[in-house]
Amino acid sequence: MFAHEFMRNALLAGSFVGLACGLVGYFVVLRAQVFAGDALSHVAFTGALAAAVFGLDIRTGLFAATILGGIALGVLGDRARADDVVIGSLFAWTLGLGVLFLSIFTTRSSAGNGTAGVRVLFGSIFGLSSVDVRVSVALAVAASILLLAIARPLLFASLDAAVAAAQGVPVRALGIGFLAIVGLVAAQASQAVGALLLLGLLAAPAGAAQRITGNPLRGLLLSAGFSVGSVWIGLTLSYAFPTLPPSSMIIASAVGIYVLAVAATAARDPRATWHRLTSRGHSPAAAGHVHDHS
Amino acid sequence: MIEAALFQGLSWNPITDLQQLFAFQFMVNALEAGTIVAVMAGVTGWFMVLRKQTFAGHTLSVIAFPGAAAAGLAGLPVALGYFSFCGLGALALAGIAGSRRSLSAESAAIGSLQALALGLGFLFVSLYHGVLNGLDSLLFGTFLGITSRQVGVLLAVAVTAVTLVVVAARPLFFASVDADVARARGVPVALLGFGFLLVLGLSVAATSQITGALLVFALLVTPAATAHQLTSRAVLGIALSVAIALGVTWLGLALAYFSVYPVGFYVTSLSFAVYVGVRVGRFIARRRQDVALAPEPA
Repeated sequence: MFAHEFMRNALLAGSFVGLACGLVGYFVVLRAQVFAGDALSHVAFTGALAAAVFGLDIRTGLFAATILGGIALGVLGDRARADDVVIGSLFAWTLGLGVLFLSIFTTRSSAGNGTAGVRVLFGSIFGLSSVDVRVSVALAVAASILLLAIARPLLFASLDAAVAAAQGVPVRALGIGFLAIVGLVAAQASQAVGALLLLGLLAAPAGAAQRITGNPLRGLLLSAGFSVGSVWIGLTLSYAFPTLPPSSMIIASAVGIYVLAVAATAARDPRATWHRLTSRGHSPAAAGHVHDHS
Repeated sequence: MIEAALFQGLSWNPITDLQQLFAFQFMVNALEAGTIVAVMAGVTGWFMVLRKQTFAGHTLSVIAFPGAAAAGLAGLPVALGYFSFCGLGALALAGIAGSRRSLSAESAAIGSLQALALGLGFLFVSLYHGVLNGLDSLLFGTFLGITSRQVGVLLAVAVTAVTLVVVAARPLFFASVDADVARARGVPVALLGFGFLLVLGLSVAATSQITGALLVFALLVTPAATAHQLTSRAVLGIALSVAIALGVTWLGLALAYFSVYPVGFYVTSLSFAVYVGVRVGRFIARRRQDVALAPEPA
């Protein structure tokens, strides 16, 4: 498996992208901003195709679009927790723009470039060159360091925004900065698993980690570990069975880990933990609790 | 021949242009289907936005994609795939909502479900090599290739969905606005929530066949969001939401007919333009009000 250069490239880039996704995803889930990640995945699609239409480097378009998109989401949303309807309307339109670019691009370049849209949507981790790998490793490390640098105040602001603001933590600026980092990571992840599937790498490992532990440090580590692990499992599966696309397998592994975590913690009652952890937690409801992995 | 007619362009004579719009059966079908879809999406979307289930709605609309791909792989009718997957998705989402965990756990669960759906869809498409060219149409729809039979099915689904929502409108509104009080008054909140997701799934499945899995959402959320900006009254809001959805669909179809660009682009851009216009208008109005009410800066 390691004899092939494309496989080594995929594993190396995938590991670092997984690491960044796991770390960032932990806060995305903690702040209940998975929907923002969803929006960014559509922004990534449109950005990449726009770059293709205007003859620019696809990667430049991808990064510019998602980072600007993250900042826009932060600015638009109420108190930097972007509100779902605003996000929804924005990305519905973004997607429409993406469709426009896709149609322009496919009609203009009639010679076999019809798969460009598919590559952007579902990634091409086996097609990374060694330059691609170096760039994505460097960016993933940069994103992780940036995130860890603001991790403490961000955690405070995520758990209790009002108290954090009262203590002088710049809650709004942190929210916007955080979404910009999410944008950076989203662009990374969309190279690995594609614009449509990056949501899975952000949500599933972090969701699993938060099921298992309420401790932020352990949660962060677990989330990163799960994410890197699902990249490895997914790539191995896809290598062993070449008909299975790597991006689908990575997502399936991540969701598999999530389902296992839900099943494993089903016996414990994590409601108390959730109360402590989330400022916006629901009051314990009168009805018995139903497990959510239908 | 159709191509030639398509690229005739506008004559800038409104009557000729309108006649040209209705000259082809496929265009009449598209307009009929668009009208049905817009009414259905306007009604269900209004409740979706009210219930803050935008993410769940988007996930449901995405689930249509693996449904269609799986049906294609198994050699079954595509409509069957759409409806069964959207039904299953509604069940899963109702389970997630019923678990009443915190907002962050819920969003992680929905996000994982959505990513899994898309991953499966891509897996099915890759396993079934032949459909790769059809991927774009699965995702982005073929508004201009609708048969009269599809319009019939769509009409039946839409009548069912809208009737169900209208029948349950009062308790659903109550349960959506204040679940706790509604529960105390004996309203079956959980059942209503599940029923609503099923209806949403039904309408999404029907709509995706025509607009594609990725564009349903534009018709569901944006007109409804605009209506919620304008009024909080239920009947007026739903009427507005339907009216906006109808307007953008008709205009979008007409624009797509007279140009080379896809209908999805026009529909999403028009509805987003309306939304932004309304928000900017409201912002200016509120600023004026604030200035009038409170002269000293806050």
